[in-house]
Amino acid sequence: MTTRTPRTPKSTDSAGAAAAEAASTKAAPVAPTTLPPDAPRKLTIHHVSRIEGHAKIVIRLDEEGQVSDTQFHVTQVRGFEKFVEGRPYYEMPSITSRICGICPVSHLLASSKACDAIMAVRIPVAAARARELVHMAQFVQSHALSFFHLSAPDLLLGMDYDPAKRNVAGLLEEHPDALRDGIALRKFGQTVIERLGKERVHPSWTVPGGVNAPIDPSVRDKTLVELPAALAIVQRTLALWKRTVDGYPDEIESFSNFPTMYCGLVGPDGSLRLYDGNLRFVGPDGAMVADQVPPEAYAAHIAEATLPDSYLKAPYYRPAGRPAGIYRVGPLARLNVAERCGTPLADAELAEYRQRYGRIVQSGFHYHYARLIEALYGLERMGELLDDPAILGTKVRAHAGVNNLEGVGIIEAPRGTLIHHYKVDDNGAMTWANLIVATGHNNLAMGRGVLQVAKRFVDGRQIQEGALNRVSALVRAYDPCLSCSTHVLGQAAVVLQLEGPDGELLDEVGTV
Amino acid sequence: MTEKVKVRIDGEVISATAGQTILEVARANNKYIPALCYMEGLTSVGACRLCMVEVSGVAKLVPACTTPVQEGQAVATTSPQLDSYRKIALELLFAERNHVCAVCVSSGHCELQTLAQEHGVTHVRYPYSCPRLPVDTTHPRYVLDHNRCVLCGRCVRTCAEIEGAHVWDVAGRGITSHLVSELQRPWGEATSCTSCGKCVQACPTGAMAEKGWGVEEMTKHRTVVSRLTSMREGS
Repeated sequence: MTTRTPRTPKSTDSAGAAAAEAASTKAAPVAPTTLPPDAPRKLTIHHVSRIEGHAKIVIRLDEEGQVSDTQFHVTQVRGFEKFVEGRPYYEMPSITSRICGICPVSHLLASSKACDAIMAVRIPVAAARARELVHMAQFVQSHALSFFHLSAPDLLLGMDYDPAKRNVAGLLEEHPDALRDGIALRKFGQTVIERLGKERVHPSWTVPGGVNAPIDPSVRDKTLVELPAALAIVQRTLALWKRTVDGYPDEIESFSNFPTMYCGLVGPDGSLRLYDGNLRFVGPDGAMVADQVPPEAYAAHIAEATLPDSYLKAPYYRPAGRPAGIYRVGPLARLNVAERCGTPLADAELAEYRQRYGRIVQSGFHYHYARLIEALYGLERMGELLDDPAILGTKVRAHAGVNNLEGVGIIEAPRGTLIHHYKVDDNGAMTWANLIVATGHNNLAMGRGVLQVAKRFVDGRQIQEGALNRVSALVRAYDPCLSCSTHVLGQAAVVLQLEGPDGELLDEVGTV
Repeated sequence: MTEKVKVRIDGEVISATAGQTILEVARANNKYIPALCYMEGLTSVGACRLCMVEVSGVAKLVPACTTPVQEGQAVATTSPQLDSYRKIALELLFAERNHVCAVCVSSGHCELQTLAQEHGVTHVRYPYSCPRLPVDTTHPRYVLDHNRCVLCGRCVRTCAEIEGAHVWDVAGRGITSHLVSELQRPWGEATSCTSCGKCVQACPTGAMAEKGWGVEEMTKHRTVVSRLTSMREGS
């Protein structure tokens, strides 16, 4: 399958593209060295599209029209941590899962684990397997959504493609097979979630102490029948991506391509863990910074800063302080942190990935590649779990009251490490909650990444829609869930603003 | 000894015993009249106003749960006006407190939710009051969430009439009315509470629930009250 050359400038005789550009960017006269007085000095991407949640990006230009600064703002707040105070702790899974409709299962699981800790129970084996199984289904559907529905328009059609068609409709014209694969893969994940939890979104199956019903053998059998087709889709897509990825050398070089620390859950042997494990932090060169940090000790390693211009908090590695403590989570970070995946096909892909880009992969552009490898791991792990007879065990719930006044639950959500930390009173009423969501961990890195990519592609003397799209695409590579990370209420959107040296608003763009 | 009367409900002539209420006669004859505060085995109070019916010759609507049948009475259980009033009553119940089905332990097993579905309440036309209300988690086995209480008083009557403990009462007036246990003591400190849990089973919504159940998990055994009453009457 061919892909449009990513760096090819947008065709100027395309009426649709020209109209869209005119609509999305104000006229920017070309000047040889400096900006004329009426040229834009502040550019706003308003809103960043094809992400989950609301965000705005402001790009400031200097006198020469070059990017001097950028800011990544997350623009709304929801206040879950506050309004859950007083609620019984065992309601937290259902309340916090409403933070997000894309990955409610992640919040359900992290919250249930925090409740398990408050109850001081070790959940039955069948329940642990069942939870991991629904988590893998969630991973597959969420990664499919990110890669195919949200990012593939940039990746397969090209960053400079006609913005009017740079969406799933355009994919349908140019890459119908890939789009069909994406839809089928996401459907598979969602169907498994529905079979297990009776609902595709916000299933109530996962509860404190385990799950509320054992898995029916017919669910296992149906899922095992469909698994090979899903595996084939991911393998096809990986092959497609490996043919495509090297067509983006500039993006690879400038999409958050800077050293940071990385964080993720690992098993006792250092292998990839998504449902259960301990935290590991590695340095930019892969050197071990902290290993096997149990969930309850997270606060000794992670601190949160509040930023003046964003509702999204900015976690950092506490011992290193700011800004040195910048770290990343999510697919890229997990594959940097883990020694191996632990399943044969994913490990083979991981070996090739590391052969191409090294043991520690730095460029944020490779979130996409890492995401596909994880989708493969998720499917293989589903197969392993379903093949384990323990998955059908009928003892799936531990009952207990309040045995700890504090509990921490950590899982790897599709977008990265998800932490739920609760405190309760003697009667089980919530007194305090702290949620650190994947996108939050990546906040500082996304902010720096926006600056890097804007400096590389945005030229105030000649603003190209495709250049602004690359700024949005950088954000998309992280697959941020801004509604989760601020626990924000709103529609998917990011704003990009271009500001002049005096702070005046020069341009404001809502990409489509 | 028992006097028989003939009434007409929705056009059908029905033989009833004098002293029975319209609601009792209707339900005994498979005529559906919605109700929330009514519970078989408890004294009727006519609080929820959902069982209002039209009676020929009576200018205003009357509550079926507290109005006794009379010879020759003609009752209409449904009409556009009744449907409209019942819908209004339900919407006002939703607007009064914080009923969030999505995260409620009783979702799927809630009488208020079921009634709303039956009456086509797809949205609430009145502004929500969104009051700040507490959750009483002090009882070791049960929890009372005032946000979900509709003040039907079934728990009050169950505790007083069936268990004989009379832990519950309604304090305050009008919009400030609220449930109290043992004269404002937290439930967990109410010495008269026997922890029998019948109030929880009688509660039509998720306001009273057993501790530890997640969303949609709190199913209630609502016949426990009527069963106890009929067994006692039989003894």
